[in-house]
Amino acid sequence: MADRIFVGTHKGLFELARSGGAWDIVGAQFLGDPVSSVLAEPGGAVYAALDLGHFGAKLWRRESKGGAWRELAVPAFPPKPEDAGEDPHPWSLGKIWALEPGGVAGRLWAGTMPGGLFRSDDSGESWSLNEVLWRMPERWQWTGVAGGAQPGIHSVLVDPRDPADIRIGISTAGMWASADAGASWRLINRGMYAEYMPPERREDPIVQDIHRLARCAAHPETVWCQHHNGVFRSTDAGANWREVTAIQPSKFGFAVAAHPRDPDTAWFVPAVKDEKRIPVDGKVVVARTRDGGASFELLRSGLPQRHAYDLVLRHALDVDASGRMLAFGSSSGGLWISENDGDSWTMPEIRLPPILTVRFSGA
Amino acid sequence: MPTVSFTRALERYLQAPPVTVEGSTLGEALAAVFALRPALKGYVFDDQGGLRRHVAVYVNGKPVRDRTRLSDPVGPDDKIYVFQALSGG
Repeated sequence: MADRIFVGTHKGLFELARSGGAWDIVGAQFLGDPVSSVLAEPGGAVYAALDLGHFGAKLWRRESKGGAWRELAVPAFPPKPEDAGEDPHPWSLGKIWALEPGGVAGRLWAGTMPGGLFRSDDSGESWSLNEVLWRMPERWQWTGVAGGAQPGIHSVLVDPRDPADIRIGISTAGMWASADAGASWRLINRGMYAEYMPPERREDPIVQDIHRLARCAAHPETVWCQHHNGVFRSTDAGANWREVTAIQPSKFGFAVAAHPRDPDTAWFVPAVKDEKRIPVDGKVVVARTRDGGASFELLRSGLPQRHAYDLVLRHALDVDASGRMLAFGSSSGGLWISENDGDSWTMPEIRLPPILTVRFSGA
Repeated sequence: MPTVSFTRALERYLQAPPVTVEGSTLGEALAAVFALRPALKGYVFDDQGGLRRHVAVYVNGKPVRDRTRLSDPVGPDDKIYVFQALSGG
């Protein structure tokens, strides 16, 4: 099982390790700075993306446990051409919102706001924009996330069997796939609906507000989605989706984790839908299915069940490579860890800033 | 030659001591600084080479006018100060 948890917060990056049977903070970096994304590679390298309010997005790497952090290049957009005209999105990096290994030594993918997908082939020393996706005329239809004007690529799924097969989730622009490492792209998601849209646009793939995608590593055809108005599951790698109506206690939420080996098991942290974004009845619960979404168990042992207003954001739930260990963090700074598939949870005796992302080492 | 100074808030991330450089416009002066210290550029400029939205630049105590093309003239004795515009809490 994983031996490190990295927690990116609104005020720094915290590294947790087990100490005498309990999880505790063993490192605190970038104190005071928002950490928008974290990636801990199996080899020991850790990447942290900062979202500095004044000075822009930054990216740092630590080579190994106990090593020093070093600043890397950040993805940058090319000069905006004169004929960009009415492009609704800035040609300037807002923040790094997703960092994923590319399945090839040294390769990383970075999903960003305002919707650029970037690739590095030298472990983050340099980056190049995927210009094919960025220059698709359809991008002008992408809409902003979280009340802002910038769309964001929050999920990057690389097929474990084929590093050229990339699928991305965008708020708000559906799911896009490339079979050729980004040389061409297709909008693929069918079967979702956006209940708040005018009737003639409800089922349009490009208006679907996918909050988060999670894929079963051993069965990559199975992909789970927490969508703005429901939970969906695909068994053909995101082309066709079926709504999972059994989700409880509500169908709204941001986070989803897929079991690394069992395609029928996934975890969600539902909340009261969009106008409120708080736990149902003030109780934090994790919803787990083990039968492909036909039914759910509500896991609440060790989680606050009275006047809790913790919202779990889309990158703040993770499962480790064993599938046994889970961790999630909340907008109120709550952090809970389970070592038994979610059956019970413990909260380290620490108080953290609002949590943006949680990531196991090597997960 | 104008002198360019930076907010001490940047010292959390990298070195940014005051420096005296050649340049007759703000853009030329900053370009000269970034030639000496390339890592500083991304903290001050956005991807399109304009000033970051929450970065302020004053020349002799007054805010610069042209934040995009950085064409404000600067003289040999001028003092350029780069700092963070107040925002957030």
